[in-house]
This record gives sequence, C-alpha cells and structure tokens, in this order.
Amino acid sequence: MTSHEMIKVEGLSKSFGPLEVLKECSLTVRRGEVVVICGPSGSGKSTLVKCINGIEEFERGQVWIEGEALPSRGRAAARLRARVGMVFQHFELYPHLTVLENICLAPVHVLKRPRTEAAAKARALLARVGLADKEAAYPAQLSGGQQQRIAIVRALAMDPVAMLFDEPTSALDPEMIGEVLAVMLELARDGMTMIVVTHEMGFAKSAADRVVFMDKGAIVEIDETQAFFAAPRSDRARLFLSRILAH
Amino acid sequence: MSASDLAPITNSLPFLLQGLGLSVLLTAIAMVGGIVLGLVIALVRLTRVPVLAPFAALYVNGFRAVPLILVIFWFYFLVPLLLGRSVGALYSVLIAFVMFEGAYYSEIMRAGLQSVRVGQWQAAKALGLGYLQTVRLIALPQALRNMAPLMVTQGVILFQDTALVYVVSLHDFMTSVSIVANNTSSPVEMYVFAALVYLAICQVGNALAGRLKRASRTA
Repeated sequence: MTSHEMIKVEGLSKSFGPLEVLKECSLTVRRGEVVVICGPSGSGKSTLVKCINGIEEFERGQVWIEGEALPSRGRAAARLRARVGMVFQHFELYPHLTVLENICLAPVHVLKRPRTEAAAKARALLARVGLADKEAAYPAQLSGGQQQRIAIVRALAMDPVAMLFDEPTSALDPEMIGEVLAVMLELARDGMTMIVVTHEMGFAKSAADRVVFMDKGAIVEIDETQAFFAAPRSDRARLFLSRILAH
Repeated sequence: MSASDLAPITNSLPFLLQGLGLSVLLTAIAMVGGIVLGLVIALVRLTRVPVLAPFAALYVNGFRAVPLILVIFWFYFLVPLLLGRSVGALYSVLIAFVMFEGAYYSEIMRAGLQSVRVGQWQAAKALGLGYLQTVRLIALPQALRNMAPLMVTQGVILFQDTALVYVVSLHDFMTSVSIVANNTSSPVEMYVFAALVYLAICQVGNALAGRLKRASRTA
C-alpha cells in the first residue's frame, strides 16, 4: 500500500441472515480525493460507508485507513475510527447537550484535549460554517440545515484524516440542502478526503473526482466523474441516471 | 370532622412522623440502590456478558415472580444464616427492598437504554467513544430523561409497599397508623387520615412524573 492511499476497502461482504447486503466490495480512495457513492435505495451504500469506519460489523473483507488495518473491535479500532469523521442522515447530535458540548465531547473524552483548547477550536469551526452565535443552543432549537452543519463541525473537531457522509441532505427540507452542500464543497476544495453517499448529482458533478455506482449490494462501476455522467458503462447505471436526472 | 376527631392524630403526631420517616427512608434508599443495581443488571443483559447475562435474567424474572413480602421474609431469615449473625430487621429489610427494586428498575433502565436511537450509539462509536463512555455520556442521560416518569411512578408504588415491613415488626407509616387506631379506638379517623396521606404523596408523585414527561418531550 502506498502513502497516497487514504482508505482502502477489499472484498468487503456482509449479510443480515440470508440477505447479502454487501458483496465483495472493493474501493481505494486517494488522499484528498472526493468520491461520491450513488445507486438506488437499498443498494448497500449506507452500509458500505458504515463498514468503512467499523460502526457496522462485516463478515469478510478488510478496511485500511492510512495503511493501517481496521481491527473489528477494541480500543485500537476506536482509536482508528476516531480519525475518520462521519456525518449521518439524521444528524445524530446529542439532544441533551448544547452545540458547544456536542462538538467538544469527543475531543475532550477521546483525544483528552483540555476543555479550553477544545472549546476554542469548536468556536473557530462554528464561525467557519456561520453558526458562531449558536454555541449555547440545544439541537432541538435549530433547523435541520443548522443541525447538519454542526454535525459536520463535530466531526471536523476531531481533526479527521477523511470524512464519510451518509446521505447528509436526505432528511433536509429542500431550502436547507444548499447551505449544507456549500460547507461540503468548501471542505472538498480544502483538500479533505471524502466519501459521500448522496442523491445530489449536482454536488457529484461539481465536487467528486470519481463516482461509485452500487446496486444490490455490489459495486457495479467506478468512473471518473465526467465519464460517469457522460456515458455510464452499465445498463443499470444508465437507467438510474436517466431516472434521477429526469427530475 | 370536629377537633376532637383530630385528637388521636395530633396527640400521636411524633409517633406517626417517626413511621412516616421510616417509610420515606426505605423508599429513598430502595430507589437509589434499586436504580444503581438495576442499571448494572440492565447493562449486563444488554451487552450479553457471557455467563453473567443469563444469571441477570434469572435474577430479574425470579424477583418479579415472587411477592415482596416473601422477599422480606427471606432476607430476614436468610441474611443471619449467611452472615452467622443477625443484622437486625432494618438492615435485612433494606437489603430486601434494594434487591427487589433492582429487578424492577433494571427493566425500566433496560427499556430506557433501548429507547436511545441506534444512530446515537453509532455517532458515539464513529467519534471513537468506548461503550461505557457512550453509556455514561450519551445514552444514560437520555434514558434517564425518557424514563424519569416511570421511575417516579415506581417510587410511589415502592412507598406504598413499605407498609409490608410490619411482618418483621418494623413501624412504617401504615403500621404506626394502625397501632394508634387500635390504642385510641379511632379506626375511622386514623384510616381516613392514612388514606389522605397516601393520596397526597401519590398526587405529588404523579404531578412530578407528568412534569418530567412534558419536560422530556419538549427538550
């Protein structure tokens, strides 16, 4: 494995009972690369990203982060996992904590940073996403778009080497999608390594280096972004694109 | 009700308050002890700790299958046998109540921890938090808030159950009331008084539970 490989997935398979949700998935993401994963719902996209940082278990295959093999459990797994940020469809901010406490929780309890240092970093990041005035608010007092931007900040506060996004805009009202995508675009421009599961083809076109198309638990094709939108190789991807772009 | 009807109550107020004190003490200790023990049992069951988890399930189902009065008798006669010396009625009753309530509270805690969305656990895991850190910092605060009304309701039931300690000759509130009723030949006044006190405590508990329920919904 060479140093410019940030995340490598090889032969990843997972089943829920008799149902195979991931079949021999393999993918290598270079440092600074933005990869969009798309495909029909139920194709295993979310499960794949959740396996990449090990928050879902898988039966076969291996994941490497910066060349380090991800153990299936234990402290070493937690340490490695903490280096990859994750943003969820439903934000998953902690409802009993303020915005600032949400952001500082892991830096203080996992990275053992002093509270003042963690808070200073959190405030700087909040300012970057235009939410500096919300540090004392509780998640329930914020709009979906604000919550998701804070969820991104919470992940960034850990100084991740890469970021995983699991349908970050699917639970948002249409008028809030833009503000979240803007933050993600800026991250991409800053050179963050990103794997993004999304149906936002506009984001894919403008930010993605490559597009992964999945169907029925398998990676059907991986293309350069332009090539994917110009002429997907598989019939299934072509059909998917024609449907999703027709909207 | 005339002033003379209240005489048995006012005359024996210190005695009655002493009984009430024991009931409150028992309730408080059994609640705190039961919640702590219940949390440990719930975690053992939820994480399926090998060997221990089946025992925890047996413990919960066992205690929930028998009446509290039987548990009180057991510990009254069993603890001296185990320790080789008597610990007195009060301590044996305290142990019985904590063990018994632990079984009930463990079910409440288990439901509470399970009520925390999977995504919350996943988000904590993704940030590198360990299991116990996640329980302490993320799941438990939410579970306690969701379960607070049920825990208070259980506390009200527990308060009523303290009346059972009369079987080992302890004077809780109810027992004190009935002693006064017998000594002063005023059963009607005394038992109406007792009912009013229980009703008042139950109302306070319900009001508190309702408030906690609303608070957890709006937060």
